[in-house]
Amino acid sequence: METPANYRYLPSHEWHFAEGDTVTIGITHFAAEELTDVTFVGLPKVGTKVQADQRFGEIESVKATSDLYSGISGSVIEVNSELATNPGLVNSDPYKKGWMIKVKVSTPAELQRLLSVEDYLKKAGH
Amino acid sequence: MHNGPVPTKPAPARATPAMAGSPANWPEFDAAVRPTDTFARRHIGPNAAEIREMLQSLGYDSLEALVDATVPRTIRTRAPLAIGEPRGEFELIQELKKIASLNRVLRSAIGMGYSDTITPPVIQRNILENPGWYTQYTPYQAEIAQGRLEALLNFQTMVSDLTALPLANASLLDEGTAAAEAMNMCRAISAEQGGERGTFYVAEDCHPQTIAVVKTRADSLGIQCVVGPADAADFTSRNYCGILLQYPTTDGRVVDYTTLIARAHAAGTLAVVAADLLALTLIRPPGEFGADIAVGSTQRFGVPMGFGGPHAAYMSTRTEFARKLPGRLVGVSRDAQGNPAYRLAIQTREQHIRREKATSNICTAQVLLAIMASMYAVYHGPRGLRRIAQRVHRLTRLLADRLSELGHQLCDAPYFDTLRLRVKGVSADAILEKARSLGFNLRRFDEHTVGISLDETTTVVEVNTLLNAFTSDHSWTGTGHAIGASGFHEIADLPAEDLLQGFARASAYLTHTVFNRYHSETEMLRYIRRLESRDLSLTHSMIPLGSCTMKLNATSEMLPVTWEAFSRLHPFAPADQALGYQQIFSDLRRWLADITGFAAVSLQPNAGSQGEYAGLLAIRGYHESRGERRRDVCLIPVSAHGTNPSSAVVAGFEVVPVACDARGNVELEDLKKKAAAHADRLGALMITYPSTHGVFEEEVAEVCRVVHDHGGQVYMDGANMNAQVGLTRPAEIGADVCHLNLHKTFCIPHGGGGPGMGPIAVAPQLVPFLPADPLDASGPVGPVSAAPHGSASILLIPWVYIALMGGEGLTRATQVAILNANYMAKRLGPHFPILFKGANGRVAHEFVIDCRQFEARSGVKVEDLAKRLIDFGFHAPTMSWPVPGTMMIEPTESESKSELDRFCDAMITIREEIRAIEQGRADRTDNVLKNAPHTAAVLISDEWRHPYPREQAAYPAPWLRERKFWPAVARIDNPWGDRNLVCTCPPMAEYEEQSSPEPAGV
Repeated sequence: METPANYRYLPSHEWHFAEGDTVTIGITHFAAEELTDVTFVGLPKVGTKVQADQRFGEIESVKATSDLYSGISGSVIEVNSELATNPGLVNSDPYKKGWMIKVKVSTPAELQRLLSVEDYLKKAGH
Repeated sequence: MHNGPVPTKPAPARATPAMAGSPANWPEFDAAVRPTDTFARRHIGPNAAEIREMLQSLGYDSLEALVDATVPRTIRTRAPLAIGEPRGEFELIQELKKIASLNRVLRSAIGMGYSDTITPPVIQRNILENPGWYTQYTPYQAEIAQGRLEALLNFQTMVSDLTALPLANASLLDEGTAAAEAMNMCRAISAEQGGERGTFYVAEDCHPQTIAVVKTRADSLGIQCVVGPADAADFTSRNYCGILLQYPTTDGRVVDYTTLIARAHAAGTLAVVAADLLALTLIRPPGEFGADIAVGSTQRFGVPMGFGGPHAAYMSTRTEFARKLPGRLVGVSRDAQGNPAYRLAIQTREQHIRREKATSNICTAQVLLAIMASMYAVYHGPRGLRRIAQRVHRLTRLLADRLSELGHQLCDAPYFDTLRLRVKGVSADAILEKARSLGFNLRRFDEHTVGISLDETTTVVEVNTLLNAFTSDHSWTGTGHAIGASGFHEIADLPAEDLLQGFARASAYLTHTVFNRYHSETEMLRYIRRLESRDLSLTHSMIPLGSCTMKLNATSEMLPVTWEAFSRLHPFAPADQALGYQQIFSDLRRWLADITGFAAVSLQPNAGSQGEYAGLLAIRGYHESRGERRRDVCLIPVSAHGTNPSSAVVAGFEVVPVACDARGNVELEDLKKKAAAHADRLGALMITYPSTHGVFEEEVAEVCRVVHDHGGQVYMDGANMNAQVGLTRPAEIGADVCHLNLHKTFCIPHGGGGPGMGPIAVAPQLVPFLPADPLDASGPVGPVSAAPHGSASILLIPWVYIALMGGEGLTRATQVAILNANYMAKRLGPHFPILFKGANGRVAHEFVIDCRQFEARSGVKVEDLAKRLIDFGFHAPTMSWPVPGTMMIEPTESESKSELDRFCDAMITIREEIRAIEQGRADRTDNVLKNAPHTAAVLISDEWRHPYPREQAAYPAPWLRERKFWPAVARIDNPWGDRNLVCTCPPMAEYEEQSSPEPAGV
């Protein structure tokens, strides 16, 4: 699976896709593969404030559990409720149906700090 | 030709009373008439010839030479164990009977969460005394653990039904620690819900030992614990994360908590209710009056008191808190054929994965005892349990009425089985004394107040006798106005609803078929045996689990556990009634101190995790006593078992990881750097020895020195003690405290996931900081278990083991454990890379084989190997720990060479099966490994579409024709189960679709 070029990344494998002042966040295909079958995604409620480089939720597979980090600050305006009943979407379609939260950004400049696809791939070691 | 280890030098003569006419050559004579039922040769698997052969294959001429090449010279002990001569099995058991007779078993009416109970003999003989059940391992290989997983699912269903909360775990250590776990869970939930709350309220009428254990935990976690009257809790001005209530209260009152809990909820405070399961068959369950979490003990469901344990505690909660629930949780999933199958669910909650982020450090729990309690419920069913509860309650009422008539003052609240009364005209002590003379222990509240608690075993005659303690008329013999037949009938005829004044339970429970089918002994026996037959245990084959030491659990060691003189004692019985136990404890403390080289031993921690916790609390207490409270950093090598970092967090430390090198050893430079960086705050280092990678690290003494130089104390994880006993000692290596997994090195059986015991041994400076008595928590460190000596009754097992082996036998066992591991490593080395070795190319008592290299060329993962081993009748070694994609093999000294060879042959055959895939001779996805394990149902099915023959699937080794173990289910789909969490018994329809219905029960 390709790693989208128009997304921005954290070294901890979260992708960010910006449309206007709304940023959608999920985890990369690489991260989903590493976790193996995802069994649970713990996400914040709509209205929660998230901070750049701070934890916003957690993700579990049969084998591991990891915190989820946001690369930007803002408030959560939408949560992918589909994941509550079908967490496997993170494995099968990490960049589209497996999205996690949408954030209305408060500091758009933060987006520029995030990794480009090339830098992410270099850091992720593949 | 003898078969086993005999002393190589003439044994010294024992001190023997001078006998008239004793022969001049007494020592020779003495040696010639020693008992012939010596034990070491039974415990140690390989005989002398096999030992020679194995040594030869490794190039050594003696066990001593092998040990010299394996264990660093710098840490070898110069002082042999001072434990004494080995004993004969028969002789020792006779002596133990004498010790047992020093205990005086009075009828206990003390209560406090411990009740006498009738263990149904069919359960005692076929579970508690049955190695088919007690030698099982934790059910990680679920395909060969379906029996106990079903029993544990029954346990969860039982707890969930009785407490009326949908999700129950299986299980916790005791009620006190369960309440402490609930407190931390409340805090974690409050943190998640936006605002961590650091205070917890405990109602003062909880059991005193529970309060003491909760306070210890609160202190280490930095939670402020407020104890006071339940209805005085001020939820509006204080931000409590939770409140703990006892139901019925410790003095027996059944209190309506509905309004109180509503007030708590309005303030965002969670309600934890510690409830008596037998009472819940009659009174309204916690889930129906708002409780968020219920905890308690299941001891009175057929598990003997055992002077404190073992027994299983329970916890149940609402479904939304599933991921905050501590302990193991059994769930339903499906296997490769689509059939329902059980396995441990959402293990990602647990310490072995979450490490320092875990909210609980619980690991080994009380599986065997949880299974017993669940079987008690299966055997009695809902109506049977209710009858037992009604009977206890009626007898209590009878007693209460007569006590009132005698003028003693009872509190007027409803009660179930426990009364608190203010005695008239006489002191509480006089009553207690008189009761004792009549054969009963009562509870003392204060100088005027006593408590009486009845149980399943109480008889009408006993109630009569008890009343004698409360009459001033000393000439009265107990047949007068106490209980006439009319009085009894009057009570017996009352419906339960009237007895409990509006608290009667209306909801149904235990409606599932399993609780309504096996009520005849024949049906029960067959159910127990059917479940047992689905599980692989040490009665089938070796269980070579690295770090778990699945050695022999000898019958002689197990015998005394069910002797009444040990099993029927209440943990808070007067000390002069437990003199036999005191002797056992004192011997065991002395021996364990010798084995570890430390100054003192606490037998209180009732699991390895609790030992870690207690040991770290001792270190904390020590630093605090020196005005160094700031020393709260705990260094932990990244190779440590996950329980280490979670215990450190629970004990209030901040975890700083230390790197390991490619050989699995602690990286000395990184350690020095971290120790220096945190010098002001360095509290402790936790280290496992030999390392978790199965190597005797050469630099361990230096590691300890670095930590000491920076003001820290060294905690040694005793998981690998089986490689140390008699060869070195934690104290000699440089540690300050260690715990001992008595269920590993010292023969307490694993019981399918507990019981365990984790006593700690400490250096002189830490002695004042051992855990306090739960009823006298005046010391600097509080209690860590509800009972003073933890799970006391199973301490008999290591006592028997150590006494039978003697110092020499114990040392020999360690040597052979190292030999067995090195022999297997030598045989498997050409087929699987051995990942870590010591200086001379030797492994310790266990070793890690690499299985990662197969995936690229054959698609085979370590899990496929593990499941294929099931087709050979073997339990897989420890998987993917300490290194992902590997197996860690620990044979122990108890396995014979032929068994080691059988396992190695199986592994080598599997390696060849992988080679067939690598070379294209077998299909990459449809092969014997990917489809393993193969069930009988799959193999005899009319449809067989795999490209390999059935014979190869089922009988890949010739000996399988004679000893085939058939797995009950095919490969289990783990993700499916975690995505569709079901943790109570599924409807029967799901089974009946795939199997013919069973005959209807009674």
